[in-house]
Amino acid sequence: MSMAQQAEPAVTTPPAPGPKETDGRTRERSVAVRVFARPEVGVFLGAVAVFVFFLIAAPSVRDGGSMATVLYQSSTIGIMALPVALLMIGGEFDLSAGVAVVASSLTAGMLSYQLTVNVWMGVIVALVVSLAVGAFNGWVLMKTGLPSFLVTLATFLILQGVNLAVTKLVTGNVATDDISDMDGFDQAKAVFASSFDIGGVEVKITVFYWLVFAALATWVLLRTKYGNWIFAVGGSQDSARAVGVPVTFTKITLFMLVGFGAWFVGMHQLFSFNTVQSGEGVGQELIYIAAAVIGGCLLTGGYGSAIGPVFGAFMFGMVNQGIVFAGWNPDWFKAFLGVMLLGAVLINLYVRRAATRR
Amino acid sequence: MDRSSHARSRRFAPAVALAAAAALTLAGCSSSSGGKKADEEGDSGASAGKANTPRMTVALVTHQAPGDTFWDIVRKGAEAAAAKDNVKLVYSADPNAGNQANLVQNAIDQKVDGIAVTLAKPDALKSVLGKAEKAGIPVVGLNSGLADWKKLGLMEFFGQDESVAGEALGKRLNEDGAKNAVCVIHEQGNVGLTQRCEGVKKTFEGSIENLYVNGTDMPSVKSTVTAKLKQDGDIDHLVTLGAPFAMTAVQAVDESGSEAEVATFDLNKELTGAIEKGDIAFAVDQQPYLQGYLAVDGLWLYKNNGNYSGGGEQPVLTGPAFVDESNVKAVAEFASKGTR
Repeated sequence: MSMAQQAEPAVTTPPAPGPKETDGRTRERSVAVRVFARPEVGVFLGAVAVFVFFLIAAPSVRDGGSMATVLYQSSTIGIMALPVALLMIGGEFDLSAGVAVVASSLTAGMLSYQLTVNVWMGVIVALVVSLAVGAFNGWVLMKTGLPSFLVTLATFLILQGVNLAVTKLVTGNVATDDISDMDGFDQAKAVFASSFDIGGVEVKITVFYWLVFAALATWVLLRTKYGNWIFAVGGSQDSARAVGVPVTFTKITLFMLVGFGAWFVGMHQLFSFNTVQSGEGVGQELIYIAAAVIGGCLLTGGYGSAIGPVFGAFMFGMVNQGIVFAGWNPDWFKAFLGVMLLGAVLINLYVRRAATRR
Repeated sequence: MDRSSHARSRRFAPAVALAAAAALTLAGCSSSSGGKKADEEGDSGASAGKANTPRMTVALVTHQAPGDTFWDIVRKGAEAAAAKDNVKLVYSADPNAGNQANLVQNAIDQKVDGIAVTLAKPDALKSVLGKAEKAGIPVVGLNSGLADWKKLGLMEFFGQDESVAGEALGKRLNEDGAKNAVCVIHEQGNVGLTQRCEGVKKTFEGSIENLYVNGTDMPSVKSTVTAKLKQDGDIDHLVTLGAPFAMTAVQAVDESGSEAEVATFDLNKELTGAIEKGDIAFAVDQQPYLQGYLAVDGLWLYKNNGNYSGGGEQPVLTGPAFVDESNVKAVAEFASKGTR
């Protein structure tokens, strides 16, 4: 979380009182160094490496339809990895993000079914619930000053229990009822879970949302006051507060942004599978965090980008599906995944070191 | 600091949204199709009167992971038997073997009149089951542990041999003319699931390979199965090991443009609909309701009439029962209540 790495995005903020030694910001740097100092360069190279590797190792990856599958997998991770990354740049992280997705789809599914209302009602209420969970995380965090690890671990456990208990209480089963024959379902499916044809290849709509959200997040991060606040609160909360950054507002809204992402992915799951099992989602939070970290966000906050996690999620999807496309022995599946990801992170680290070396 | 209008408007936002939601409901956007209203007919599960025997307590301790539809059905069976037999049922579960052993110890400490237990990891339960024996508490096994229940001194066993079920499914694939099958495992390292695929492999004459998917993330399951189908165009049958994964496999088949048929282990209410529609070829049902029901009922019979199912020598098999087009109508009625 050194101030040096925060260079570009923070230039328009009033300089936070940090260490006073020469940290590279005042020196002219060559274009190459400036490009390589971007957080997403390492992961970009890693993603290219993984992509080329599977292009060679697995012939079926070369097919356009296969790429659509890889992108679909990447997009459902990537849409959540974006707000998770922003939150991480803001200096916090969220362990409840995985079960929050399922909580949102359970809410929408059960509400529409039990009250027999148009599914859009469920969708709206689920959004309110998801944002409220995010706000709760942020509010408890700011109110108590506890680390986000503890606060969101508690929320993770609460949601996991509530997901199961409430579903069982309401439906009598541990899965929601099928809502595919209800009013509004087809519309909602068109919005959240449809696919469209690009040159004969079926591409899922989530891929499109993923890229749009990423562009939006990049713009917010680099071109708006709010973006500067995110870097500032992640870099040094006290200094940020001292220069007038609304720390509480920034952090709570960041958690709510994660809530929004959870809602969006939750709606996708509900409308593409019609029903949800209440035990799902556990463990996904680590994958979102992994995608953000691979994407160049520091676990300590204050540094990162929105485009990096896009490549991080792509890399995850690529490795995940690439192993299947390559037809390798599936017993080694998880081990392959781990080795690939470690390799990617190392490339990432190497590039960053090389670029910031003086 | 920042206790300005930001904070206030934020505090009111959820309330406003809730009010708006309520208003919308009142404005009448009820669904004209589907939903609870459409499903509200019929009674709630089997009922067979009630025994007037003295109240007894039975502990059912399983290795269920939270939120799994399968175990919910086992529990419903056990509850139905408990209601009928005037039994107080104490249900607890933990997928971690050590924790499950602690739950059995907990039941012994409570001095229950009988324990029904699943033996997913028999070695971990060995010592605690010895303690139950010493305390004079009768123990029955269910679901998993067919190879070990006698060794561990259990009184009787209700379940399905996972390998036998797999073998039955393999034979059925032969009859259907399958040549290349894929066994989709949704939890890497689960012994029972691996045994099923091994069983299929034993009797299936074509070639079969395993595919691991991340069972806690449905979009991931879908894209992995799609990837497999695209990688190998010769696959003609997919075997899934749980009903929700079968439903997802059907979508993957649709999207990959493959012609593969889907067969599965275990049932739920969505799945019976898919069999009726012809989306899924058949399901091998181990009748989890029966496992829960018989385990509790077995303990009741032992206490009140000294009976042993299987004479303490043979297990009582609850499956494999095939559900396909020919009998799905009869099964669907029960599946819709979540008991089959």
